[in-house]
Amino acid sequence: MTPAGALLAAHDLRKAYGPTNALDGAEFSIHPGEVVAVMGPSGSGKSTLLHCLAGIVPPDSGSILYNGHEMATMSDARRSALRRSEFGFVFQFGQLVPELTCVENVALPLRLNGTSRKEAERTALSWMERLEVDGLRGKRPGEISGGQGQRVAVARALVTNPRVLFADEPTGALDSLNGERVMELLTEAARSANAAVVLVTHEARVAAYSDREIVVRDGKSRDMERIV
Amino acid sequence: MSIGHTLLGLLESGPRHGYDLKRAFDEKFGHDRPLHYGQVYSTMSRLLKNGLVEVDGIEAGEGPERKRYAITEAGVTDVQRWLATPEKPEPYLQSTLYTKVVLALLTHRDAAEILDTQRSEHLRMMRILTDRKRKGDLADQLICDHALFHLEADLRWLELTAARLGKLAEAVVR
Amino acid sequence: MRVRQWSRDLGMGAKFAFTGGREGWSRVLLTAVGVGLGVALLLLTTAIPSALAARDDRAHARGDFTYSEMKTPKGDNTVLVGKVDTTYRQRDVRGRELQPEGVRAPLPPGVTKFPEPGEMVVSPALKELLESGDGKLLRERVPYRVVGTIGESGLIGSQELAYYTGGKQLASKADGGRVARITDFSEGETYPSDGLDPVLILLILVVFVVLLTPVAIFIAAAVRFGGERRDRRLAALRLVGSDSHMTRRIAAGEALAGSALGLVFGAAFFLVGREIAGSVEFFGVSVFPSYLNPSPALAALVAVTVPVAAVLVTLFALRRVVIEPLGVVRTAKPARRRLWWRLLLPLGGLAMLYPMMGQGKNNGEFNEYLVTGGVVLLLIGVTALLPWIVDAVVARLGSGSVSWQLAVRRLQLSGGTAARMVNGIAVAVAGAIALQMLFSGVQSQYTEPSPQDLSRAQMQVTVPSATPLASAAEQFTRTKGVRDVMAFSEGWLGDRRKDPNRSSSVAVGDCAALREVAALPSCRDGDVFALQGGEYDTDTPKLADSGRTLYIDPGYDDGERGKQVAWTVPRALKQAESRTDPTGTKRGGFLFTPSALPAKAGPALRGQVYLKLDSSVPDVYDLVRNTAAKIDRYGDPMVWTSGERSDAYSSIRTGLFVGAACVLALIGASLLVSQLEQLRERKRLLSALVAFGTRRRTLSLSVLWQTAVPVGLGLALSAVVGLTLGTVLLKMTDVPVSVDWASVLSMTGIGALVVLAVTLLSLPPLLRMMRPDGLRTE
Repeated sequence: MTPAGALLAAHDLRKAYGPTNALDGAEFSIHPGEVVAVMGPSGSGKSTLLHCLAGIVPPDSGSILYNGHEMATMSDARRSALRRSEFGFVFQFGQLVPELTCVENVALPLRLNGTSRKEAERTALSWMERLEVDGLRGKRPGEISGGQGQRVAVARALVTNPRVLFADEPTGALDSLNGERVMELLTEAARSANAAVVLVTHEARVAAYSDREIVVRDGKSRDMERIV
Repeated sequence: MSIGHTLLGLLESGPRHGYDLKRAFDEKFGHDRPLHYGQVYSTMSRLLKNGLVEVDGIEAGEGPERKRYAITEAGVTDVQRWLATPEKPEPYLQSTLYTKVVLALLTHRDAAEILDTQRSEHLRMMRILTDRKRKGDLADQLICDHALFHLEADLRWLELTAARLGKLAEAVVR
Repeated sequence: MRVRQWSRDLGMGAKFAFTGGREGWSRVLLTAVGVGLGVALLLLTTAIPSALAARDDRAHARGDFTYSEMKTPKGDNTVLVGKVDTTYRQRDVRGRELQPEGVRAPLPPGVTKFPEPGEMVVSPALKELLESGDGKLLRERVPYRVVGTIGESGLIGSQELAYYTGGKQLASKADGGRVARITDFSEGETYPSDGLDPVLILLILVVFVVLLTPVAIFIAAAVRFGGERRDRRLAALRLVGSDSHMTRRIAAGEALAGSALGLVFGAAFFLVGREIAGSVEFFGVSVFPSYLNPSPALAALVAVTVPVAAVLVTLFALRRVVIEPLGVVRTAKPARRRLWWRLLLPLGGLAMLYPMMGQGKNNGEFNEYLVTGGVVLLLIGVTALLPWIVDAVVARLGSGSVSWQLAVRRLQLSGGTAARMVNGIAVAVAGAIALQMLFSGVQSQYTEPSPQDLSRAQMQVTVPSATPLASAAEQFTRTKGVRDVMAFSEGWLGDRRKDPNRSSSVAVGDCAALREVAALPSCRDGDVFALQGGEYDTDTPKLADSGRTLYIDPGYDDGERGKQVAWTVPRALKQAESRTDPTGTKRGGFLFTPSALPAKAGPALRGQVYLKLDSSVPDVYDLVRNTAAKIDRYGDPMVWTSGERSDAYSSIRTGLFVGAACVLALIGASLLVSQLEQLRERKRLLSALVAFGTRRRTLSLSVLWQTAVPVGLGLALSAVVGLTLGTVLLKMTDVPVSVDWASVLSMTGIGALVVLAVTLLSLPPLLRMMRPDGLRTE
C-alpha cells in the first residue's frame, strides 16, 4: 500500500467536521527531501489533509505511516512530541508570538525540546542567517514586515532540523516578490537540510517550487505523478 | 485545435451526415468562426482514408449525394488518446481545452481528468521555468516570469473550469 | 440641536451595548452588577444617618429612668418601672418590670396592655431566641409566660432583645436606681446613650470606603471590557462617516447603558440589602428595614452621579485613543511610568489621617471627610503604584522555562493592562486587611482584660443586703462550672455616727476568703484585722485604735441615713499586710471574720461574691447569671474576662470576609471576561503554537504565570498598604498595633484563590482554542 521508501504516507484518510466530509478517502505520500505541493480549491480539504498528516488532528479513519509508525492511533502526547522534534510548521500568518523577539521566536521550538536558552538562541541565529533575517534578532514581530515575518517563521520551522516541513499557504499573505523570495529560501533551506516539504497552496507559482503536486478535490486526493 | 478530433468526437454519439456534423460543430464550438463545409468534407475524407470513420450509408436525392459517417473502433481510440494527452502549455490554449472538455462531457468521459492532466502539464512547465529562473540572471528571470504568469493565468482558468464542470455539463448535454 | 445630537449618539451606543451578542450581554451584565453593588452600597450609606436618627427617637420615646433626685409622688397616672436588664451570652437583654399604679398609668411604646405578674411581652428577636434551643438558659431566667410582642415603636432595632413583665410590690424598691416611678415614658434619660462611639463611626466609614473603592475601580475597569471589539466597531462607524466626537459619544452611550441597568440592579440590591440589614446586628446595634430610607436628595444624587461617572470614565479612557476609520490608534507613547506622583497619593492619604492619630483615647470625634479622603487616597494609591511596580519588577525578571518566558515577555509588553486587571483585587485585599486589623485591634481593646487577676476570679456578683451572703455563696457553689466562691460582705465605717471625718472600708469573710485579699499571720473565726499597705488608704492606721468606737454604715446629712452600727475596736486587733485581691487592687480598711461582726451590722453590708469559673463549661456565665437572678433579679453580674465578646466580633469578621469575598468574586468574573477576550484574540497564535508541538501544559502554565505574577505583586503591595492603613487606623483609635497575620494570610489567600479560579475557568476555553480550528483560514 505504502509507496516504497516513503517517509510519510497516508491511505484512505477520512475526516468529517460535522456533516461535511473534509477528507473522503485521501491518499498521500512523500519521500525524504521531496517537496510536494497540495493543491485544490478553497474548502477542498487541503488544510485538513495537512493537519492530519502532521498529527495535529487524528483522522476519523485511515492510516498515516510516518517512518513506519502508525500516527492515526498515536496518543496526543506522542503526536505532540513528534511535531516538536520531527516536524516543522509555517502558516500563513499570526504564528509568531508577538511578545517575543524574533530570535526568541525562532528558538522557541528548541526551548520546547528542552535546549538551554543560550544554545537554542545560537542555533536560532544561524538559521536566521540562512534566511537572511539575522538583522532582525532583537525586533518583535510587530516591528517587521510580512515577508520578514514569514522568513522568521521558516527559520523557526527549520530550527529543529525537522524531517518534514509543513507549510500551509506560507505566502498567502505576501505579494508576489516577497512570496517568491520566501519560497526560494524555504525550498533551498529545506533541500539543504534534506527535509521533506508538504506545501499547501492554491497558487500555481508557489506550487511550481515543488517536485510534484497532489490535487485535493471534495476530500479526495489525486497524486498527479502517478496518473501521468 | 484539431478539427479532425473534434468531428470524430462528435461522431461518437452516433452516425451523422456531413452537414449535420458542421451544424453540431458550429453550435458547440464555432460561435465566432463557423466551419466552412469544405473543411468538413476534406477532413472527413482524410479520416476515411485513415480508417477512423466509415461510410454508414449514402442517401441520393436532389443536390449532392449525402454520405452518413460513423466512427470506427480505431476512431474511438484516437479520440481517447487525444483527450488524454495534455496540450503543450502555451498561451491561448483555452479554445482547444474548451473543445476537449465539452467533447469529454458529450461523450461521457471524465472531464475533470482532462483538466487535472493539463494542470499537471502546466505545472511541470512552470517547475522548469522556476528552476531556470533560480539559476539564471535577471534577464532570464524576467523572461521566465512572463511565461510563468501566463501559465498561471491558464491554470487559474483550468481551476475555474474544473469548479464549474457540473454547470457546463448541464449546458452542453442539454 | 446639540442636545438632540448627543442623545441620538448616546442612544445608538446604548443599543450597541445590548446587541453585542453573548459577549456584549455578559459585559453589560457585569458592568451592571458592579454598578449595582456600588449604588446599593451608596444608598445604604446615605440611609445610615436617618436610620440612626430613627433609633435615637425610639430610644427617647421609651426612656424611663431619670436618675434625678426629684421623687415623683404616687398617682393614678404613675407606673413603677423596675430595671431587670441582663446579659445573655454576649447580648444585652433589656428587661423592665411594670406595675401600674392607676388607671391612667402610661404604657411604654409598642405595648398595648400591661402584662400581669408572671406574664411578659417580648421583642420578636427575644421571642425567637426563647423559642429556640439556644434560649434555654435564658428561659430559666425569664420564666414568664409570653402574652404578646412589643411593637416596632417600642424597640430600637430589629434584633433587640427586650421584654416587659408585670411587677409586684415595686413601690418599696422605688429608689430611682433600680425601680423608678414615672408618669411619662419619653421623659427619661436615654442614658446610656445609644449615640455611636466615634470608633464605631470610624469603622463604618472605613467599611464603606473599603467596599466602595474596589467597586468603583471595578466599574472603571468594567467599562473597558471588550475594548478591542468595541474599538473595531467604532472604527467601522468612522468608516461609514461618523466623526470622532460622535464615536466617543457612542462609546459613552454603551457605558451609560450598563450603568443605567446598574442603577436598576442597585435599587434591587438595596431593597434586598435593607431586609438583610434588618436581620443583622452590628456592635449590638440593629435597625429595622424601615429605618433605612436614603434621603431623596442623596438618592437622586446617586442616580445622577453614577451614570455620569461611567460616561466620564469612558471618555477618560478614550482620551488618548484616536479612532480612525481603518482602526484604532493609541497616541500615548508607552511613557515611562514615573514614580513620584504615584507615591503622592498614598502619602497624601497618610497625611490626611496623621492628624487624627491617638484621638480614640479622648473619645474625640474623627473628621469624617479626612478619614474618608485619607483611606480613599491610600487605597487609590495602590492602583497608581501597582502598574509602576509591575513594570519595574517584570522588566527585571529573568527567563526560566518557556511558559515563564512567554508570560514575562507578555507582561513586559503590556504590564499596564495586567496591572489594571489586578487593581481591583489589590485594593479590595488592602482594604480588607486594614479592616480586619482594625476590627481585631478594637476587639482586643473592647475586651482588654482589666487589672483584675483573672486567674483568681472571673465574675463578680453583688448580693443585696437583704439576702444572707452564706446562702447565696452556697447557691453559687452548687452552680455548674463554678470552681471556687469567695464571698465578702462589704461596707464602710467611720469615726462618727454621722458625717465622719475619717472612714475606712469593711470586708467580712471567712478565713479562706480573707486570705485572698491579705497575708494573714493566722486566722480564726472571731479575728479582726487592720490592713496595712492598702491603696489610697490613709485613715485605717488612724482608726485602728484599740478601744475606740467606730460606726459601721455611717449616715450622711445630704444622703442616706445609714444604719450607724457602733463597733469597738477590739484589743486583739491584728495587723495584716494587704495583697492584690482578685479585683486587682490592694484594699485597705478592716477585715472581719463573720463572728467578729456585730449582728446588727449585717444588713448594712452588701454581699460581693467573686467566682472562679471553669471556662470549659459551656455557657458558664449564663449559668451563674441564672443563679444570680434567682438571688436578686435586679443585679447584673459582672464578667471580668471579656472573651465571650469575641463571638460578636467574629460574626462581623465573617461578614466582612464574605463581603470582601463577594467583591473579589465580582472582580474575578471581570478578570475572567477580559482573560477570555484576550485569549480569543490569540486563538490563531495558540493553534499555531500547539501545531508545532507546544505542550498544552506549557501554554496553560504561561496563562497562569501571566495572571499570577501581577496578582502576586498586587497582593504583596496590598498587604503592605493594608498593614500600613491598619496600623494608622489603630493608632487613630489608640489601640496597640498588632498584626493579625491570620487575616492577612486569609485575605491574600482569597485573592490568590480568585486568580487560581480564573485561571482554571479559563482553561477549558483555552484548550478549546488550542484546537487546530484556529488554523483554518477558510
